[in-house]
Amino acid sequence: MMKWIDQTKRKTTSARFNLGWMQKYHLGPALGFVIIFVALSITSRSFLTVHNLLNVALQTSVNALLAIGMTFVILTAGIDLSVGSILAFSSAITAGLLIGHVNIVLASVIGLVVGALAGLLNGLFVAYGRLAPFIVTLGTLTLFRGATEIYTGGVPIFNLPEAFSSFGAGALVGIPIPVLVTAVIFALGLLALQRTTHGRRIYAIGGNERAAFLAGIPVKRYLMAVYVICGALAALAGLVLTSRLGSAEPTAGFGYELDAITAVVLGGTSLFGGEGTLWGTIIGALILGVISNGLNLLNVNSFYQDAIKGVIILFAIMLDRKRAS
Amino acid sequence: MSTLKATGITKTFSGVTVLHDISLDVPGGKIVALVGENGAGKSTLMNIFAGALRPDSGSILIDGQPQQFHSVSDATNAGIAMIYQELNVFLNLSIAENFLIGNEGAYARSGGLIDRHALREAVMSTLEAVGLRRNPDDLVADLGVGERQLVEIGKALRRKSRFLILDEPTAALTEQETSRLFLILRSLRDQGVSIIYISHRLAEVFELADSVVVLRDGQEVASQSIAETSESELVTQMVGRQITNLYPRIASAPGKVALRLDRVSTAKTHDVSLTVRAGEIVGLGGMMGSGRTEIARAIAGLDPIIAGTLELDGEARHFRSPRAALAAGVAFLTEDRKYDGLVLPFSAQQNLALPTLDTRQRFSWISQHEERAFAQRMRDSLRIKLQSLDQPVERLSGGNQQKVALGKWLERNPKALVLDEPTRGVDVGAKQEIYNLMNDLKRQGKAILMISSDLPELLGMSDRVYIVRDFTIAGELDGHDMTQVEFMRFATGGK
Repeated sequence: MMKWIDQTKRKTTSARFNLGWMQKYHLGPALGFVIIFVALSITSRSFLTVHNLLNVALQTSVNALLAIGMTFVILTAGIDLSVGSILAFSSAITAGLLIGHVNIVLASVIGLVVGALAGLLNGLFVAYGRLAPFIVTLGTLTLFRGATEIYTGGVPIFNLPEAFSSFGAGALVGIPIPVLVTAVIFALGLLALQRTTHGRRIYAIGGNERAAFLAGIPVKRYLMAVYVICGALAALAGLVLTSRLGSAEPTAGFGYELDAITAVVLGGTSLFGGEGTLWGTIIGALILGVISNGLNLLNVNSFYQDAIKGVIILFAIMLDRKRAS
Repeated sequence: MSTLKATGITKTFSGVTVLHDISLDVPGGKIVALVGENGAGKSTLMNIFAGALRPDSGSILIDGQPQQFHSVSDATNAGIAMIYQELNVFLNLSIAENFLIGNEGAYARSGGLIDRHALREAVMSTLEAVGLRRNPDDLVADLGVGERQLVEIGKALRRKSRFLILDEPTAALTEQETSRLFLILRSLRDQGVSIIYISHRLAEVFELADSVVVLRDGQEVASQSIAETSESELVTQMVGRQITNLYPRIASAPGKVALRLDRVSTAKTHDVSLTVRAGEIVGLGGMMGSGRTEIARAIAGLDPIIAGTLELDGEARHFRSPRAALAAGVAFLTEDRKYDGLVLPFSAQQNLALPTLDTRQRFSWISQHEERAFAQRMRDSLRIKLQSLDQPVERLSGGNQQKVALGKWLERNPKALVLDEPTRGVDVGAKQEIYNLMNDLKRQGKAILMISSDLPELLGMSDRVYIVRDFTIAGELDGHDMTQVEFMRFATGGK
């Protein structure tokens, strides 16, 4: 008996695999979210309204899509800094096709394929080139941004068809379509990661790549796949953004990779891979969304907003690490 | 000479007593061995000595004076130095710089500059004292494990440590490095330094220690002079029951050749020829760095074979990956379960299930129910002790981790198993269970190739033994020739 009892006294680093659903769903970030939510409900009269909450969800959807893809990558101990640029590039391609009178569905699908191919390029370098993900995607961050500028000539592509904008501006039973799309992607991602052999293998690769390789897992194929998923979701985020704005900007998505990584980390996913959940990520994205929204409602000077946001992020991460240890 | 004494040490973690009324007496200039199974409380006790943990009751006395350690530096200042299994050296710094860290005051000049000359002098004389013939400017990364250990011991001596605690110091050392370490430890003892020596290797205890203390389940079960005890008595004390046969080899009835290597060469090994029959345990021995693991890697599909043939059940095979080897029926238990054997944040269940995920899926969907049932079955048949199958394996004891690392392959029903150091870092009781498991596999007709640095184990469990030297097979022993003397003759290339 003693043999393992004294082992269990050691500090816990893994939250995902602990007993109890509290820890399983990473309720540290959820608790932080609730606190911020309640605080804003009290301090701002306009925060807790259906209209505003739907607005928060809508504003969060682009970052949430990016963060979901980012979670796949980070679970393998990787990182994708190029998502903002992929978003811009694939959006520009779709917009270019649209003003060339290509069918909306076809143009959107081509945009998604471009995003997936961009991810494939990242994945090839990481999986087969054995290069550090940070370096590879730092390179493609610049490459895809440059490609976007070349393609657009540095000017926004507008005059997109009405029907395309209705995707971003439209709603179904009162819920904005981008929110519904994000919810579906989230559900699919959650099931894939938690319930399928593929998800389990992604966690295994992040937890111990060598052990996963020896267990017969085709590690390279999976590494490549997570970057493809991440690229495709960046393109999807781009479609949402473009249809909401009604134009594709060459500077679209600039710096978005950092918000996506922040959401993932806020959600308790380890940058070293193998640990974390999509639940955490979506809560991380919501925390960021609620903070921005709340600070606007409270009329906080925009100079102060970023600083306050930074402090809240650091505080939330500290709370989470304390709880986990 | 100084004496170190502990009386009535009790330590509880959340209601569980891990040390119960332990008393330990370390006379000046003596080597006291501390033995016990994993989880017996050795590390907790040593961490109390080292100031990293505080006891609930009991006291530590140096020369009869009660000590209060609130931190590791308190213990260090009192003259106690702990050398952990995982060494605390800075690989990216030179030997001299390693000496400097934590002792900057001794070599400081005004303005925060370092007195390089004084440092160099001090390091040189210390290196000589510990018998390390190295330049102080050498990078620690370029040193062997044994040499790094001597750097740590040297640092401890430099701090005027009178009590040295070593935790499994020989676990990663070669035979040569081990004998050099023993030489140094004996000479330190003769200079009045007291040493507490923790080891799983009982032969070393008898070679080195003056007395031996046995812990079991947090209790002190014996404290005796080394002359008064024997290896089998120590084992009985550690395990709490008598183990009649340390190496329960069963009679073999080998079938046809299951695994054959014919003049196999890889980038490292060359002209390796060996056979393992079904229902046979074949040992693969040799000095550390002789190429044993490299041969295993070639069989497991990790290193490409560039010449020669590998046959499985009489069929020539060419594995391009571990995946291919596994599919053909070759399982590989690696020597370091934490490095490449287990996914540490995964639960026991998830680790056990990893190589056979596909057998319990429908359209990639994992059946939680089937996986749980499978894991329970493995847990029971391997006698893995855990609170819950959802417990992360990183929190299991070494023996239970090893059972998971080995057990996960069994569901693949391999024809041949390559076991690299199957009992490394595993306590006596769990060793027996792993041996019994190997015997079960042997009875089932599996071909087993076992690599081991533990010579008695290698000779005791194997039906035949190959000796590796210079990355090829240097000889083969069976029957009455399987003696340590014969083995060493081949392993060292002597006549």
